[in-house]
Amino acid sequence: MNYETVIGLEIHAELATKTKIFCGCTTSFGGGENTQCCPVCLGHPGTLPVLNKKVVEYAVKAGLATNCSINGFSKLDRKNYFYPDLPKAYQISQFDRPVCEEGYLEIKGGFGSKRIGITRIHIEEDAGKLLHETEDGSTLVDYNRGGVPLIEIVSEPDMRSAEEARLYAEKIKTILEYTGVSDCRMQEGSLRFDVNLSVRPKGSEKLGTRTEIKNLNSFRALVNAIENESERQIKVLESGGEVVQETRKWDDITSKNTSLRSKEEAHDYRYFPEPDLVPVVLDKEYIERIRKDLPELPDIRSKRYVEKWGLPEYDAGVITASQSMAVFFEDCVNAYDGDPKTVSNWVMGELMRLLNEKGAGAEHISFPAVYLADLLKLVDDGTVSGSAAKKVFAEMFETGEQPKILVERLGLSQISDEEALTRIISQVMEKNPQSVEDYRRGIKKAMGFLVGQTMKETKGKANPALVNKILKKLL
Amino acid sequence: MHYYMTASELAQRIKKKDVSAEETARSFIERIEELDGSIGSFITVEKDRALDTARDIDKKLRQGCELSPLAGIPIALKDNICTENIRTTCASKTLEDFVPSYSADVYERLEKAGCITLGKTNMDEFAMGSSTESSVFKVTRNPWDYSRIPGGSSGGSAAAVAAGMAAFALGTDTGGSVRQPAALCGMVGMKPTYGRVSRYGVVAFASSLDQVGPITRDVRDCALVLNHICGHDRRDSTSMNVAVPDFQQGLEEGIKGMRIGIPSEYFGEGIEQGVRDRVTDAIGVLEDLGAECEEVSLPHTPYALSVYYIISSAEASSNMGRYDGIRYGYRAKDYSDLLDMYIKTRSEGFGAVVKQRVMLGTYALSSGCYEAYYKKAQKVRTLIKADFDSVFEDYDLIVCPTSPFVAFRLGEKTDDPLENSLSDVYTIPANIAGLPALSVPCGFSEGLPVGLQFIGKPFAENTLLRAAYAYEQNTGFHTTHPQVKGGAMQ
Repeated sequence: MNYETVIGLEIHAELATKTKIFCGCTTSFGGGENTQCCPVCLGHPGTLPVLNKKVVEYAVKAGLATNCSINGFSKLDRKNYFYPDLPKAYQISQFDRPVCEEGYLEIKGGFGSKRIGITRIHIEEDAGKLLHETEDGSTLVDYNRGGVPLIEIVSEPDMRSAEEARLYAEKIKTILEYTGVSDCRMQEGSLRFDVNLSVRPKGSEKLGTRTEIKNLNSFRALVNAIENESERQIKVLESGGEVVQETRKWDDITSKNTSLRSKEEAHDYRYFPEPDLVPVVLDKEYIERIRKDLPELPDIRSKRYVEKWGLPEYDAGVITASQSMAVFFEDCVNAYDGDPKTVSNWVMGELMRLLNEKGAGAEHISFPAVYLADLLKLVDDGTVSGSAAKKVFAEMFETGEQPKILVERLGLSQISDEEALTRIISQVMEKNPQSVEDYRRGIKKAMGFLVGQTMKETKGKANPALVNKILKKLL
Repeated sequence: MHYYMTASELAQRIKKKDVSAEETARSFIERIEELDGSIGSFITVEKDRALDTARDIDKKLRQGCELSPLAGIPIALKDNICTENIRTTCASKTLEDFVPSYSADVYERLEKAGCITLGKTNMDEFAMGSSTESSVFKVTRNPWDYSRIPGGSSGGSAAAVAAGMAAFALGTDTGGSVRQPAALCGMVGMKPTYGRVSRYGVVAFASSLDQVGPITRDVRDCALVLNHICGHDRRDSTSMNVAVPDFQQGLEEGIKGMRIGIPSEYFGEGIEQGVRDRVTDAIGVLEDLGAECEEVSLPHTPYALSVYYIISSAEASSNMGRYDGIRYGYRAKDYSDLLDMYIKTRSEGFGAVVKQRVMLGTYALSSGCYEAYYKKAQKVRTLIKADFDSVFEDYDLIVCPTSPFVAFRLGEKTDDPLENSLSDVYTIPANIAGLPALSVPCGFSEGLPVGLQFIGKPFAENTLLRAAYAYEQNTGFHTTHPQVKGGAMQ
């Protein structure tokens, strides 16, 4: 039987605020254990939360950028459970009145274009972190992350494959970066995915029993966990079994996913409205102001590249996936004046290859966009050959130096001086009278040999187009 | 005897240098040393700190500094009000050794005003109770009759003021915990409008109901203290950003023409005859003073106790969660794993009443029960508020008893938590509706004080104070003091 996988994602994104959601502690990453907390985020008796307004603003931004409607009235709720990393024994979150609801995103892939529904986006606080690797085997808690603001973006179960889920998650990441809502540093855990997954016979309308896989923190883990869990569920059904509703855990190292707790063991979170905070009331003007301040979003930017600059849709999609890359690209196109596709070829070829090798993003490019434009102009005016330009580019990527200086230093400028070339070519012809005669007798390939000899003589620096022209004239 | 002087009078004496702040503080500390062995008001006495602060005040006086009207006044604070560097126990084993690194907003304000904090007072554990008997540390006795409870949960604060061991005290009122002990000890006690006073640094029992209030000797002192503890605090999102009037202003304007509603539901079954008589007398006095008193109805009153129990327990169950032994507070000694640590820590750290409320509240919030209990209670809460709104369309104030009975005997009701809670039946509605309410002494029944309660519109504390002041000045029950004696008690 053929099966269909049904996937919904819950994405937790750490917001790019300077301070925590309910107190003034810093949110910066990497501080010494328990150096970034205070009585409020440690939940000391008598302390009270005060909502960071920036958190609401960022949630609204994320909502508007994902076509959500923004609730004029939303509230915070307590989600009660005991765990050492949760100082108050409840997480302040949003239950039935989130800030944003009913949005969607478009994803594009081999399957064409598809709309993925977004159920809701709500704000909440992060918990601390348990440290198990102590010498005496005890567990310690670091509360620095406790109270760091998060948004949780809950999708509809609209995805049907790991690829769709990855494209959706990547799109969310792009949008959060564009809007400045989150810096999405995956290695620091500022973007995490929970997967809800079920399978059903193809053509069936009824959803199968779903499982939840928690806390995936890379796109690779997301894809692997989805494929693995989908196969597991199909195997269970094929062997006549039933999928059990449960929470599962993905181990990135062993590539295995195991049961964490069953439905029966699930927490009863006893949600109720947080009495220490007042409801969040947003008026239309506030929402419109944020809407006006939104940057150009990737889809619109991509469309502009296609329509205005004639870029292929694929190129436009790849470049706009990163805001920094798009900005770099645009700056370069504007400085270059030539065909934007030429810029796109360099950006998607050399630049992305070198960045990938370094594992770095476009925000880490060491030279200004105008340098790439300068380099392309040097190619166009014949100062350097295409292959020499790649060498210059690689050096520029490393050192951040100007292309002109690098061309000089690397001795890569082409000989485009007609007189000088004529002199060299005459010598080559004198040394190779046989070839000259062959050519004149009609053996055209002798021309190639003479070009080659000229290039050899000039150590490859001769402008090939010019060499051809002069040779033809002299012959 | 200056122990029974009002804060206003004491402040005058200190200001005129009839007596120094240090002498005053010292005499109150001596009084505590003499009496508190029998009464049991204080969990912690901060003698050295109090004397140091008093000397500072005297120094400022000598330098001719302009001081607040509360400078040099010796006070007591309920032990759920966080005081930086002074342990704050909530009368619980859980917080027995807890020393906060921060101060409650109210404490900061009173310190700034120059008050001398003598110590922290006994209370029901985490403010859950009406007799102060659930304190794990000690029994507090009613200064009018040592065999009786002082009321609660702010029993230590009320008894301390009644016995002349502090000029005034702060308590917290979640369901009557300031007004009821004030009434039972013959003092003035007020719960301001919810949001009038910051809850920052006040250990939460039921966050949507808790409010700090003063226990004072008379109504003028009540107004004076309110002047200093009210006001917006950005650390408490539920503290309202509204103008704070001078609460002493207009105190003497009288109540001629004031329209007062007398809710019939507050005089039904369960009220002691003596209490009923004193309150009826009091209504007569108010009429004599020119107020128009008429019977009104607050039809949802019978549900108030149930609503209170569900909401306060639900919030308490969540608020108590943090006492897990991990970051601060009591932790069990021997445990095998995390769950075992939680269970032992909380079983050993909390007393019976707290456990009962936590269980009750957890149940009320659990899935499957939420709609029937918590959600329904919130709906009825809205109806109770609407009852008051409708009466306040035609009336300025509501007058009723504070407690259905006078102070009962120690141990009399500890086995019956429900009957114990009935003492809050008249005070709870004001918490549910977030309204200001004040209790003022209105005489005695069998030699024990009876309290008269005024309930007002939101943020209309001034009206309450004016009416209570008029009543007080024309009756003078506040000038009668208990005969207290020292010596160890059995």
